[in-house]
Amino acid sequence: MRIALFVPCHVDLLRPGAARAAARVLRRLGHEVRVPEGQTCCGQPALNAGYFRDFACLARRLLDLLDRDEPDAVVAPSGSCVAALRVTGPRHLGLSHPLLDRLYEFSEFLTRVLGVTDVGARFPGTVTWHDGCHALRGLRIREGPRRLLRAVRGLTLVEMEEPDECCGFGGTFAVKMPEVSAALGERKARAVAASGAAYVSATEPSCLVQIEGVLRRRGSAVRAVHLAEILASGEGGDGG
Amino acid sequence: MGRASPFRRRARRALGNPVLARNVLRATDTSLAHRREVVAERPDWEDLRERAAALRRHTLARLDRYLREFAENARARGVQVHAARDARAAARLVSELARRKGATRILKAKSMATEEIELNAALARRGFRPLETDLGEYIVQLAGERPSHLTAPALHRSAEEIRDLFLREGVIREGTALPRDRRALARRLSLSARETLRSRLLEADLGVTGANFLVAETGTVVLVENEGNIRFTTTTPPVVVAVAGIDKVIPRLADLGILLPLLTRSATGQRAAAGVSLLSGGPGERHVVLLDNGRTRMLADPEDREILACIRCGACLNTCPVYRSVGGHAYGWIYPGPIGALLAPLLRGRGEDWELPFASTLCGACAEICPVKIPLHEHLLRLRARAARAGRRGIGERIGFRAFRFLAGREDRFRLAARLARRMEGPLLRLGLLAAWTAAREAPRMARPAFHEMRGDHGPAAS
Repeated sequence: MRIALFVPCHVDLLRPGAARAAARVLRRLGHEVRVPEGQTCCGQPALNAGYFRDFACLARRLLDLLDRDEPDAVVAPSGSCVAALRVTGPRHLGLSHPLLDRLYEFSEFLTRVLGVTDVGARFPGTVTWHDGCHALRGLRIREGPRRLLRAVRGLTLVEMEEPDECCGFGGTFAVKMPEVSAALGERKARAVAASGAAYVSATEPSCLVQIEGVLRRRGSAVRAVHLAEILASGEGGDGG
Repeated sequence: MGRASPFRRRARRALGNPVLARNVLRATDTSLAHRREVVAERPDWEDLRERAAALRRHTLARLDRYLREFAENARARGVQVHAARDARAAARLVSELARRKGATRILKAKSMATEEIELNAALARRGFRPLETDLGEYIVQLAGERPSHLTAPALHRSAEEIRDLFLREGVIREGTALPRDRRALARRLSLSARETLRSRLLEADLGVTGANFLVAETGTVVLVENEGNIRFTTTTPPVVVAVAGIDKVIPRLADLGILLPLLTRSATGQRAAAGVSLLSGGPGERHVVLLDNGRTRMLADPEDREILACIRCGACLNTCPVYRSVGGHAYGWIYPGPIGALLAPLLRGRGEDWELPFASTLCGACAEICPVKIPLHEHLLRLRARAARAGRRGIGERIGFRAFRFLAGREDRFRLAARLARRMEGPLLRLGLLAAWTAAREAPRMARPAFHEMRGDHGPAAS
């Protein structure tokens, strides 16, 4: 398949390893991966804050750009950006674009479109999974990432308490209501720590920023890794 | 920190109270656990939700007709039906009734509508002090507080706090031996409250209730309870008045077959409530006050109307990570949590109420649990947009997002801004200017290189 990789701005600037890893996994599965030039931001922060027109403007720009070579699919290592474009935008401001039917979050593309569960990765360690809200409730992604993780050699998946409770990031909420956001993050970090896992993973980079931020402040040794980084690791690579 | 917004200030106070935080989390966890159990018993749960949502939609689309039908049928049974345009009119109707009847002993059942119209304050201005007969309401009344939850008014209080309150207020005599165990203590406290309340339940001049539902076809007021206090409130006084929002109307008695199981299972995790009163007329004098107070305005907007489908079960509060952290008082009005963050701006509409739609991570847990399938988080986002459009978020924010759109509108501008931000990140952190983030969390560091700066096999250039 000809796949265009959608690299959300927070992935580009904060967690580039996730984009590199996603590209590597898809290429290893035999697909052609391109990174369309000119990508900036999908506008999700504006959407989240209620500035729909600013969002729509950026969203349309990005969708046009991603669709320029008419790829078979566009894949992003972020559930929230995909949900903003594919679910929330259409519902709230009638956003429509021919690309939306071919736009996927990374794990759902693997499990639902390619029908893959074993990508040949090896990642020794205990991992606990955090369900990002937009992936979970917007895109209905719950079992897919867990199946992918269970198929990774050397990896043990352990569930934390309430893996589907919000980590407290919430976009602009994280800085507009920092105390509440941090309290939610604390609860998530406690659940992660109590699971006994050495790694916490998610398909949402912004959740990882929040969870990692709290874990590091608590002096925890638990590391936050993006799903793609786990799936890219193994014989063929360095884990991104 | 500068001047924090009202919600943020109240939330901060709540977060600084570890007893409150523990109480709220423990109580909501318990409700959710019970709910999970009894919902699992109903394989038709999703079907029930779907039918309830359709029923509520149908009713709200024809509310004027069903309201008329309710009023006619209630009047036919001798009930005096009053319409109140706003909170003040409703409170005046009830306190006028109390004055006319010379009601010195007033019993009150738990009711959000009477909280909404601040009835107790209105009665107090005329020298009446009604007795709250619901245990939770009784506790918050003694403490001089307002309810912090739709179905569990004193949920933020621990048994130990209630013990101290009861000792101070003489509900329990000083020196009484009390159990140490929390559960045993809670049982003992509710018994003490019952003893104190019971004698006062037997003689009263006026009973005031809310309503869970108003049945149009029969003119019936439906009240759901667990403590038996509503039975007293509606039977011992010769005069009883129910205050209910106009959104409480349902077409037929049979609709209770859908709504009651959803309500009790969602609210408290009970298969059925201990008692359901169906009051159609009565032996004594019966009044119903139909409260508008902004609801007609909400009805006029097809999207706002959807929110009126709420049956006040409180499940969205229990599951909301924000409510679970800060409790109900942080929201600043009697309707807290996700549903409160919609009702406060739409019904009351003070400037500070318009902050509440932003007091959410939009995680969507509320919509997932709602028994009548209100997409609460979508409405929260919609109200954010309404607040932004109305300029309630300040000119700085509006310009900020416009500037962001300008920068992100072209790659070169966006890259330049990102490089600048990366250059400034260290100094900003050192100067403590990112405290909103860093007060409780480590800041993420911007990557060097960013993905678009990578070269080689796995960077953007590779194909």
